[in-house]
Amino acid sequence: MFRRVLGWVSNRAGLDGARDFLKHKTVPAHSGALWYYFGGVTLFLFVIQVLTGMLLLLYYRPTPTEAFESVQFIVTQVEFGWLIRSVHSWAANLMVLTALIHMFSVFFLKAYRKPRELTWLSGIALLFLTLAFGFSGYLLPWNTLAYFATKVGTDMGGAVPVVGSFLRRFLRGGEEVTGATLTRFFGFHVAVLPGLTTLLLLAHLALVQKWGISSPKRQGESAPAMPFYPNFVLRELIGWYGALAVLGTLAALFPWELGTKADPFAPAPAGIRPEWYFLAMFFTLKLIPSKVLVFDGEVLGVLVFGLAAVGWMLMPFWDNRSENERRHRMLTGLGIFVIAYLAVFSVLGYWG
Amino acid sequence: MTLAMTAIRLALLGGALAAGLAAQTGKDSCVACHGALEGSLAEPTAAFQHDVHKVRGFSCVDCHGGDPTALDPETSMSRARGFKGKIDRRAIPELCARCHSDATLIHRFNPRQRVDQLAQYRTSVHGRRLAAGDTRVANCVDCHGVHDIREVRDPLSPVHPLRLPETCARCHSDSDHMKGYGIATDQFEKYRRSVHWEALSRRGDFSAPSCATCHGNHGAAPPGVATVAHVCGSCHAVFENLFTKSPHKKAFDELGMPGCVVCHGNHEVAKPTMALVGVQPGSLCLNCHVEGDKGRQAAEFMRSRIDELATVLDGSEEILKRAERSGMEVSPALVELSGGRESLIRAKVELHGFDPVLMDGSVKKGLEIAAAARRAGEKALQERDFRRKGLLLSLTAIGVTMAGLWLAVRELERRSKKG
Amino acid sequence: MEEHETTDGRRRLIRALLGSGFAASIASFLYPAVRFMAPPQAAESAVNQVSAGKADLKPNTARIFRFGAKPALLVRTATGEFRAFSAVCTHLNCTVQYDNEKRQIWCACHNGQFDLNGKVAGGPPPRPLEQYTAHVQGDEVVVIRG
Repeated sequence: MFRRVLGWVSNRAGLDGARDFLKHKTVPAHSGALWYYFGGVTLFLFVIQVLTGMLLLLYYRPTPTEAFESVQFIVTQVEFGWLIRSVHSWAANLMVLTALIHMFSVFFLKAYRKPRELTWLSGIALLFLTLAFGFSGYLLPWNTLAYFATKVGTDMGGAVPVVGSFLRRFLRGGEEVTGATLTRFFGFHVAVLPGLTTLLLLAHLALVQKWGISSPKRQGESAPAMPFYPNFVLRELIGWYGALAVLGTLAALFPWELGTKADPFAPAPAGIRPEWYFLAMFFTLKLIPSKVLVFDGEVLGVLVFGLAAVGWMLMPFWDNRSENERRHRMLTGLGIFVIAYLAVFSVLGYWG
Repeated sequence: MTLAMTAIRLALLGGALAAGLAAQTGKDSCVACHGALEGSLAEPTAAFQHDVHKVRGFSCVDCHGGDPTALDPETSMSRARGFKGKIDRRAIPELCARCHSDATLIHRFNPRQRVDQLAQYRTSVHGRRLAAGDTRVANCVDCHGVHDIREVRDPLSPVHPLRLPETCARCHSDSDHMKGYGIATDQFEKYRRSVHWEALSRRGDFSAPSCATCHGNHGAAPPGVATVAHVCGSCHAVFENLFTKSPHKKAFDELGMPGCVVCHGNHEVAKPTMALVGVQPGSLCLNCHVEGDKGRQAAEFMRSRIDELATVLDGSEEILKRAERSGMEVSPALVELSGGRESLIRAKVELHGFDPVLMDGSVKKGLEIAAAARRAGEKALQERDFRRKGLLLSLTAIGVTMAGLWLAVRELERRSKKG
Repeated sequence: MEEHETTDGRRRLIRALLGSGFAASIASFLYPAVRFMAPPQAAESAVNQVSAGKADLKPNTARIFRFGAKPALLVRTATGEFRAFSAVCTHLNCTVQYDNEKRQIWCACHNGQFDLNGKVAGGPPPRPLEQYTAHVQGDEVVVIRG
């Protein structure tokens, strides 16, 4: 019965082509294939975010007088509110982590090489969107930590050369972090960023479908492969269920804190720092002396990070050896250096 | 002073005057001359720049007399022109009062300023002794300064609330100066250890008392034994009320014991603790109450009830904190619990009525609140356990599914390998 | 590698595991989501507005009520008007009370006094009491802050 309904829908919606494609789609099966799952897990976590986010929207109020109270309401009065909220906060962090793992595994496996350069570019853009999601969402509970972390973060935006002060005003909706900032961040978080992400995601997935999943060239043309459906799908489901188990455990055993309501007039508490995925950059900027030669230290720092990001984005074009899959010792070394730098500086930033 | 010395002085003055006047025009001659001198003769002119009287348009002649328009010392400082020279200590209060007791005059400058300082001073120990010829006691200038008098609210004034204690201590802590008066000289040391000074100096709470608040300023006198409670009660009204209605009032009056001071001290008022109350060694109640008397029983009862409430409150807070640490949101319950802490404070206040029944009302209320908070904490811990059970359930469901998926995949691959 | 046929039993086991697993896991996700969407008893999260109880307060009396995390005072003046204030004394945070003889708000801790506009009328408090808006809605008094 189920099959007949499915068949009817497929026929009327013209999905037969897609179904055929999926039936024949294969996925390389080799030792490094474990890394293939991280993209899917990231996608899964994004879906979790959308669903829990929509649920939270039923109760959240984006004004300074009500934001904190509404989150408190969700966590104390709404049934399973604590669960939905904690899942949302934890999944955000896990998503950044899996996105980074996904990116680095693509980097080391050189999956960005021709013809998948565009997939890489759209992927980096998606990473930035994910970080933007994290930054904008962090402010929404309007607690002390969030308020001051946003203050510090948007201040850093002001350090961008030329457009810095415009950027800071644009982010804050004014000169200071106020209710206008909250409204703006809320708009970014639930409308602008989801829209952009959906478009980019569709492009990214379409490109992945078009070019298939990259496999190391040394496997050759007759490389072992498994059917996408049902083998890879079932395996991927295992990964997704695993992610659910982790999320549930975190939400139940380490619920996300409510904090104290933000008071713009109170002095900043000691030890303000941003979320972990910004810690490395934050700590680096703290280390840079306020004046380097004639340049303002913070501006220099932001500039260097910006250039590094652009450079990273253009990786497929630096790596002229990747097409033949020859090792590029320097780039591999660079990748390891970047991971080490991020890890070490994040830890240092955490300890203050 | 010999004639020769006078002549030399006058000559010097003349020279200095010429120089001084050359530089200054429109100033009166007192300031012009004395400003050009050195040492103690020049000090007043420098100090006077900041004096409130100068700011209001007064000058040297208004207290010292003389003629400020005359340039030569003979005229400007002549007795005929009213010059008084250095004012005698015993004459100072009357001199100041010439203006400061004149309501019409003073109210031109500050309509709310009092004009009864001299009358008050005359009732004070300082005033009476000065009238009897003792020049060692304080008069107006000893406290207010002489040539650089500032308004009381000016932080540099010696009678600003934050500086007043050290001003009084200048004499009252000086054992040489205080020889023969028969009073202690350790009040300032004691006061500095008190909660009142802490409130005043560290917290900036200007409602906290310093010397003048309890002793009066112009009418300074130590409060009498029977009336000390009124002094403390001028701020601590509730406690005075309770104390006056308590059995201690009559008893203390009959024994000539000074009310609040008996338990709390006067200068060294420390933060009170429950160690003062009860029947354990060190408690103040034991100083009077003996085995078997009602007061001793009351002391024991009150101490044990307050301890009970404090313990129960702590217990409820501990449960709530435990729930909070495991991630439960219990801030509404913690807020309610703070009401219980208020009941504890109220009980400690009502202790001063020395009536166990009165105090027990607040204790009972506090115990109720603590019990409710405890129930909320236990409920939160139950909810936490419910969540953990729920987690286990869903993890089981997930685990079963993952196992099923894994087996299905292996089955598929085994089959495809074969086929 | 060992080879064995897919027995019926094995296939049934897999199907049972998968089926029940899926069903149970879906249920354990859907159930909280559905319960979440049902509005709870206290339908509003507003802590800028609170009901201060029934409007049956006698003139020249007052009542303490909870506003968010802090106590508040609802006064009905002798002329019948409702006024509401924060009940936290601005001196050292004791809870104030209404003195119906002096028609003032009084703090028992250090004899602080406030008039019925919240202004300091005597004693050590350094600042006036924060005043809220109070009005009658039906048979309840609603107090709004800010």
